[in-house]
Amino acid sequence: MNKDFEIIDHTADVGIRAYGADLKDAFVNAARGLFSLITELDSVDEILQRNIEVDAPDEEILLVAWLNELIYLFDVENVLFKRFEINKLSDTHLEATAFGEKVDKTKHELKIGVKAATYHMTKIVKDDGYRVEVLLDI
Amino acid sequence: MAVPWKGVINKIDDYRWEIPQTYKQGMRVPGLIYASESMLRHIWEDEAYLQVANVAFLPGIVGYSLAMPDIHPGYGFPIGGVAATRLKDGVVSPGGVGFDINCGARLLRTNLTEEEVKPKIEQLTSALYINIPSGVGSEGKIRLNEKEMEKVLLKGAQWAVEKGYGEAGDIMVTEESGCMKRANPEKVSDRAKKRGAPQLGTLGSGNHFLEVEVVNEIYDREAAQVMGIMEEGQVLLMVHTGSRGFGHQVCDDYVRLMGEAVKRYGINLPDRQLACAPVNSPEGQDYLAGMACAANYAWANRQCITHWARECFIRVFNKGPRELGLEQVYDVAHNIAKIEEHTVNGQKITLCVHRKGATRAFPKGHPDVPAIYRNIGQPVLIPGDMGRYSFVAIGTETAMKESFGSTCHGAGRMESRTAAKRNVRGSDVLHELASRGITVKAASMSGLAEEASEAYKDVAEVVEVTHKAGISRKIAKVVPLGVVKG
Repeated sequence: MNKDFEIIDHTADVGIRAYGADLKDAFVNAARGLFSLITELDSVDEILQRNIEVDAPDEEILLVAWLNELIYLFDVENVLFKRFEINKLSDTHLEATAFGEKVDKTKHELKIGVKAATYHMTKIVKDDGYRVEVLLDI
Repeated sequence: MAVPWKGVINKIDDYRWEIPQTYKQGMRVPGLIYASESMLRHIWEDEAYLQVANVAFLPGIVGYSLAMPDIHPGYGFPIGGVAATRLKDGVVSPGGVGFDINCGARLLRTNLTEEEVKPKIEQLTSALYINIPSGVGSEGKIRLNEKEMEKVLLKGAQWAVEKGYGEAGDIMVTEESGCMKRANPEKVSDRAKKRGAPQLGTLGSGNHFLEVEVVNEIYDREAAQVMGIMEEGQVLLMVHTGSRGFGHQVCDDYVRLMGEAVKRYGINLPDRQLACAPVNSPEGQDYLAGMACAANYAWANRQCITHWARECFIRVFNKGPRELGLEQVYDVAHNIAKIEEHTVNGQKITLCVHRKGATRAFPKGHPDVPAIYRNIGQPVLIPGDMGRYSFVAIGTETAMKESFGSTCHGAGRMESRTAAKRNVRGSDVLHELASRGITVKAASMSGLAEEASEAYKDVAEVVEVTHKAGISRKIAKVVPLGVVKG
């Protein structure tokens, strides 16, 4: 599989399926999938960075909480992220740095608003590498 | 030829279909879907009925796990789902309300006619687009400090009217008078407040819109007149939005909390997004207090938008508000949980009624119906897709008896957003609507493609089912003239 992530069809909402050699990669690609829905990733420059820490009772909830933290930052600070580095990842804890810039309407086309990542259909599958799936509420 | 759903879904009559309790082990009640046979085919194919069965797992659920004809798959609960749980031993589920808490519709009437508005529709739609912030990441003109935010959460639409946004009369014709009493801002995270503070008075994106529309057909002239809908050709305005990032964060916070409560209370669920807690537990009570804050935020939001929309009409037509007759018809919630009294098996009981993409439809005479509508029933606002039509209906006694006073809320999606975009471009949608005399201003072209008519069920079919089944009665059909999309 040569893809980092793909978008899954769902009647009302949109899903993301992300791949990675390890779980960190898959979490990074899920985050890129999320922001690719909001805007064209190529239009975003790396001007600022945010450090992010998330805790959760298990891996699946951690994945949802990670994406919801990014949605929160987009909503509150108007930041679009394009690159992510996950510095620490366990079943219950994640530390990451996200790189991007503030929304500039002359430069970024905002495509859709994402309300939240949901727990419905959340999946983390390990075969060759990792595959993660999340359904987003649009 | 045998129908594909044979053995899973049983026909009760032309508009009612039952999923027996035996379909899945763990269902506490059967499922009931309101649909025509042709609509059921789609509900079978997109597997929305599975979610109806899943909701039947909720502890304390009574009667049926219900689905309105606009049902389509959601996350956990189906959209178009209604579930009522007993207060004494039942649960409340944030997923049964959804992320956009109190997403709802508001309808205003005017004295204007299509002939008067048509020559100025470009100007009017532009004025609405400019004066009411819309689109992804849109921020409002109102700045709320912590203290003001608290007042919004406690008072809802009443806060807005006190601040000069709108008129006292608007509140009289708003569900719950635009203010749910159990709201407690302490039960809402700082994150939610931070997310909501800059967004009050914004339309948002997705399926949210403002629509200048024309009365096309009246089915019950007497009831329509009570609502101020006098004749074909009259112009109305519909507002469709909700609680923005504030509600999304309240839902996210509580789904997460309830995920842990589920383990603590030993509740067995087929889907994590159905996470719930007993209504009478601290978690359940806290959610209802937080949800009420979000519901109030949404009512304040629609109230502020209403005010600016009125200003646009006044400016464009250069007439006063009285002359324009810009009065509110009604405002209903489409995503909400309510504590209500209903009669089940001949007994009056208090229930927590979850409406997820469904409208309250109380009959005439019900004490919660505003005085001016008490002789006809509660108005029900059913927005369709932007290219076709929307409906105004009223609640009925049948709804009270069998659907916990609920009916449908809209057209219901049929096609995914990605599929809609594959099939049509936003600019094509714009041209197609323009060729039919509908002016559209949209913040995003791809957003517009996702909302193309073809992506939705025909709302006329949806309303026909609820009308024939008797859970609401159609009063008028309206068609779009100018649309602002987020």
